[in-house]
Amino acid sequence: MPSERTIALRGRSMRVLERAPSTPSPGAPPAVFLAGIGGVPRWLPFLDRLSETRRVVVPSLPGFPGSEAFRHLDSVYDWIVDTVEMFEALDLPAMDLVGSSVGGALAAEAAAIAGARIRRLVLVAPFGLFDEDEPNADIWAQIPAPDVLASLVCADPEHWKSIWETPEDTDAVEWQIAQTRSMEAAARFLFPFGATGVARRLHRITQPTLLARGAEDRVIPASYLARFAAGIAGPVREAVIGDAGHLVELDQPEALAREIHAFLADQEL
Amino acid sequence: MKNLWFHLMPYKDLPDDFREAHPSVWVDIDAGLLDAARVHEHYNEYLDELEYAGEVGFDGICCNEHHQNGYGMMPSPNLIAATLTRRTRSPAICVMGNSLALYNPPTRVAEEFAMLDCMSGGRLIVGFPVGTPMDTVFAYGQNPSKLRERYLEAHDIVMKAWQEPKTFSFDGRFNQLRYVNVWPRPVQQPHPPVWIPGGGSVETWQWCAEMDYVYCYLSYFGYKAGMATVQGFWNEMDKLGKDRNPYRVGFLQFVGVGETEKEANELYRGPAEYFYGRCLHVNPRWASPPGYSSEASQRARVQSQVAQAAAGSRGFGGRPPVATQWEDIVDLGYVVAGDPDQVAERLREVCLEMNVGHLMLLCQFGNMSTELAQYNTRLYAERVLPQIRDLFDDRWEDPWWPQPMAEAERYTPAKVA
Repeated sequence: MPSERTIALRGRSMRVLERAPSTPSPGAPPAVFLAGIGGVPRWLPFLDRLSETRRVVVPSLPGFPGSEAFRHLDSVYDWIVDTVEMFEALDLPAMDLVGSSVGGALAAEAAAIAGARIRRLVLVAPFGLFDEDEPNADIWAQIPAPDVLASLVCADPEHWKSIWETPEDTDAVEWQIAQTRSMEAAARFLFPFGATGVARRLHRITQPTLLARGAEDRVIPASYLARFAAGIAGPVREAVIGDAGHLVELDQPEALAREIHAFLADQEL
Repeated sequence: MKNLWFHLMPYKDLPDDFREAHPSVWVDIDAGLLDAARVHEHYNEYLDELEYAGEVGFDGICCNEHHQNGYGMMPSPNLIAATLTRRTRSPAICVMGNSLALYNPPTRVAEEFAMLDCMSGGRLIVGFPVGTPMDTVFAYGQNPSKLRERYLEAHDIVMKAWQEPKTFSFDGRFNQLRYVNVWPRPVQQPHPPVWIPGGGSVETWQWCAEMDYVYCYLSYFGYKAGMATVQGFWNEMDKLGKDRNPYRVGFLQFVGVGETEKEANELYRGPAEYFYGRCLHVNPRWASPPGYSSEASQRARVQSQVAQAAAGSRGFGGRPPVATQWEDIVDLGYVVAGDPDQVAERLREVCLEMNVGHLMLLCQFGNMSTELAQYNTRLYAERVLPQIRDLFDDRWEDPWWPQPMAEAERYTPAKVA
């Protein structure tokens, strides 16, 4: 089972979930996971798979489950600095960084601006870019009905619904507000286009990078990944996961973890 | 009490199949439906109607701000108000209002409202709405997570800009202005009366009480649906130790007056069904961007939905579907319709029960013609208004009403040769 601790960071307290590897890969640095839309309301099967060969560390992003405060952060710059300080607080001399969706935008920014600790980078359907001719989905303009968001972010909406099922000891209203808060937190630095300006900084990403997306992603078009691939200076591998929507880690935890393990193992050779 | 005449300025030619064939009246309304020559006619007719209302005895005339909206064609209410300053003499001019977070820099609002107050000789009421999600978040691209913070900061800038005698610097979270010194300043000192249109959030009620502003509940669903909200406001005032001065509140009500009840039913059915059937067809995807409602409001909303569901009054998850048939529209109180005595009696009851001193009337709605709007307006002014005008005045003063320059000091526009 994962362990849980709380770290005080400037202006917020941050939940950190961790799991030690079952079969450690010698010399592998920990994998840090920055989650996508909705964050990590409960421990995910994907994180179990990822921790098979390496320690997995999951800090909560501001406003996402495990870290309520976020309204002290205004600009994209504030959010990037918070991300960098989060890594400093984790005190890991080296890490492989896995960022999905919203967390993918911050992972790409951190790699571009303060990449010294980041050995390898995995971006899963990252936000960060926008294209007028092929707009991404407007995740903040959705009909507020239970299944709409679930169907937008997952190929199988049950995957989203199961991680957001209200835990027995939790107030249902507060649980719903936590989900809305995570959507607002994403809007805080990504509204209205999901773009951070990282397009102007991609050339600074020199880490070996895996770019992955779900074949059925209804949020981020495939061409966005191609732009990341073209702009990133480091060696890039691309992977498309079948039967997966935007949040690949929810739809296809096994397949995504397998791609990541293979990518990291190849880079270790 | 005060009776104010309110215009939304709807587009009158939305097609019969608008609800079925088009996604929304707001934000992404089909521009192909618009005939600018018709809008030329609409604006001039609507200004005639507002001016007429001021002529026949309404205490105030109101305009408001909406963007990318087929039922509210006043993206710039200040332009409308500016023409009203010239063509009316006595009514208060209520701009309900300028959505503060949309103006960059916010001193623009301080300047334009000061201009309007000077042009009108001190007849201005200023409204400061946050603005709907459709207007602010989607049409004007404001970040829903920062909208209220920006609104409050803009409010502080505007109020200080009107009252600070010397040039000052404003170093805010969202606005950095090195030299603030608006010119002109309002006629009304220290500032024109401030009215705040809001939904039913407790925070807005508390803020109005703290700032001593009027709270306005501008719902399209009439007195029956609005009663609980206005009662909630008064309960909060009681808690805060504020008096029950009815002029703390403004309330919007649609009315349709005929010589007889039968005539009213015949005359106003069409325009009301147009309004509720077509004009309120808004795609729900625009309704609730995350962050637009505070977490406290989200909690309160869920709790009230649970309570209402428990009481069996409406389904869980929000309001019932909007009624679009005249009989339901009247039964539910969206429109108060009848002969002048019936309308007066109902409004007297409503104002007393709600304790509302500022009644804002929609006498033109939907695709109503100017002729009918003026008929409705005249019957109201001549036969309804005299029956309710004296409400509250034996007990309460209205400190939130404009204090214009003396009549003799106010300029009379010259006739065009």
